[in-house]
Amino acid sequence: MCGIAGIVALASGSKAPSREALAHMAGALEHRGPDEFGIYRDARAGLAHSRLSIIDLASGQQPLSNQDGTLWISFNGEIFNYVELREELKGLGHVFKTASDTEVIVHAWEAWGEAAFERMNGQWAVALWSSRDETFVLARDRVGVRPLYYAEAGGRVLFASEVKALFAGDPSLPRELDPVGLDETFTFWSVVPPQTLFKGVRELEPGHVRVYRRGTLQHDVAFWKPAYPEAGVPMFKGSLEDATLALDAALAKATMLRMVRADVPVGSYLSGGLDSSVVAALAKRVKPSGFRTFSLRFADAEYDETPYQRAMVQRLGTEHAEIVVSRQDIANVFPTVIRFTERPVLRTAPAPLFLLSKLVHDNGIKVVLTGEGSDEMLAGYDLFREAKVRRFWAKNPKSAWRPLLLQRLYPYLSRSPVSQQALTRQFFGRGLERAKDPGFGHEPRWSSTAALKRLFSAEVKAAVGELDVVKRFLSTLPPEFPRWSFLAQDQYIEVRTLLSGYLMSSQGDRMLMGNSVEGRFPFLDREVIALANSLPASYKLKLLDEKHVLKRVAKDLVTPEILNRPKQPYRAPDALSFVGPERPAYVDEAMSESALKASGLFDPKAVGQLWQKCLGRKDDGQFSNTDNMAVVGVLSAQLLHSQLVASAPAKKEPPLKTVVER
Amino acid sequence: MDLKEKVRTFITTNFYVADPSSLKDDQSLLEAGIVDSTGVLEVITFIEGELGVTVDDAEMVPENLDAVNNIVKFVQKKQGK
Repeated sequence: MCGIAGIVALASGSKAPSREALAHMAGALEHRGPDEFGIYRDARAGLAHSRLSIIDLASGQQPLSNQDGTLWISFNGEIFNYVELREELKGLGHVFKTASDTEVIVHAWEAWGEAAFERMNGQWAVALWSSRDETFVLARDRVGVRPLYYAEAGGRVLFASEVKALFAGDPSLPRELDPVGLDETFTFWSVVPPQTLFKGVRELEPGHVRVYRRGTLQHDVAFWKPAYPEAGVPMFKGSLEDATLALDAALAKATMLRMVRADVPVGSYLSGGLDSSVVAALAKRVKPSGFRTFSLRFADAEYDETPYQRAMVQRLGTEHAEIVVSRQDIANVFPTVIRFTERPVLRTAPAPLFLLSKLVHDNGIKVVLTGEGSDEMLAGYDLFREAKVRRFWAKNPKSAWRPLLLQRLYPYLSRSPVSQQALTRQFFGRGLERAKDPGFGHEPRWSSTAALKRLFSAEVKAAVGELDVVKRFLSTLPPEFPRWSFLAQDQYIEVRTLLSGYLMSSQGDRMLMGNSVEGRFPFLDREVIALANSLPASYKLKLLDEKHVLKRVAKDLVTPEILNRPKQPYRAPDALSFVGPERPAYVDEAMSESALKASGLFDPKAVGQLWQKCLGRKDDGQFSNTDNMAVVGVLSAQLLHSQLVASAPAKKEPPLKTVVER
Repeated sequence: MDLKEKVRTFITTNFYVADPSSLKDDQSLLEAGIVDSTGVLEVITFIEGELGVTVDDAEMVPENLDAVNNIVKFVQKKQGK
């Protein structure tokens, strides 16, 4: 796990990458790889690397090359099947100098070209430079676990794991927020790659490979696409019991690979929910003694899951560590969190995860497993159930009892006055006539979030103009989309809009790497994804029972309390973290009229009304969903502006261990 | 300030509408995303606290609460005007 960066001159007259620029790029990524730094440089291309040593500690330095030194790589991530690929390549006559997975990619590229990536099971972002035929390649894992950004400017292409390293590598790059990126954030909860928050900066889409040859972009195409069964054409032909056995085996193997393909100890998160409990239980089988687990507790009881965590620790007998996070902790760490997310967020949920990865780091552990990806692949989110109820209701819109099923999803609805349910029905019943259209399942979320765009400044609104980001996104759906089940459609959209752009970044990679910890995600294993996607919808969402097939797998792995508990979405106190009298000074500063005018992102008067309303609420806890998202969204965008637009990233000169100059 | 003006001012201020003229009097507040399920309680609190009209459970329906015009009509009816 590491940071990668570099610069390639596309035209022969453009400025060659300097050693200083490459060193600054590596320095900007120091948190991702504090162990070793290296650069490669020739007249056309430069690669930089900051390393967190996990596999082949002694000889895995980067940049690294093929045998004759004409193909160079800067690589971030893990290829979990690198041992098998190396054997295959040895059979083809390839000779290896190191025991690292990095070298396997170099040889795989030589042997198979772009077809190499489809063979790789892992989480990675990679840059390859072939000086012989002046070919430059960027590629990224299937679901975008590892980040990769690029910018083309001045006849050069710059790339990096994080945006700050692009700015460090070329201080002349404009640092300006892109109103369309803001618009997407205040609609989908995240930008959707290739869109980013910065003008001129793009994010390589997950599962894509981008190839330049002799200074010209050749293509940017998907080497992998998710496949779901199409109507009338089943993919997984077995029974539910067969699916249970297959999922059990796939998850066990995925977890085992993530435990043993490391030369340092691997621990696990334990949230108290089903997914991380399953992962930790499977991992414990691989490492029966001395297995470390880590949990996040909340001072606010509403968000806390301690009893479930403790029950699982007791059952597994792990060496356990935990932290308790308060509202104050969230407020204090939030600016640091945004320094790593490099994007606005509408929830504070990333902040406690940053504190959790610090706990892991402080305990001397560099790698943790988590349960992320399960809700996407096996249909765990409330949104999938809500969409199912709404589609069922749409078949008979006049039905009085069909919408009552919503109460099974959201028990708070049944506690509200009977008549207020009429208002709830008004909310969820919008657009029932569009029940068969793409995006129907996400429409309530998108439209209620997009309502927050009323806070945008006139300038931002004007810059977005007539562009409708929902329409733009829906126009990129694949042709087979309408032939998938509605559940598969909803899952696909969830993965495209949020898995990489939010969950794997703002709650994943960025929060982990901020403390130099690598996350590994068994539910996002190549084989697990393929199996989960191939299953009939009813195995995943059986009536309204979410993750049904996983619960069958989990029966022998987790405590009955965890198996039978209602799903609790992971959440942290949002606006509440910032309105108490003890709030840090930066909060009022960022929400002030002068700071709002300076950034030009939001309407100062409207934000003033929002902020006064929330300050008046103080601790009574009654913040609407809208107010929560508004406060966190505005505050984080303001912080982002002051950190990466109003000021340039600090220059760091790391000690270079590997320097290759030609 | 007349009743409609009071209601409009409350809605655009409490729900921070940057461009108040964009809010039409017959616009559904739920549909526009300006008011969510908790926001409805804020509207009721305003009607009861600032306008002195009690909202019964059975009256918490979109026809009474889900647009500036609907709120005005409902309050006027309750005030016997």
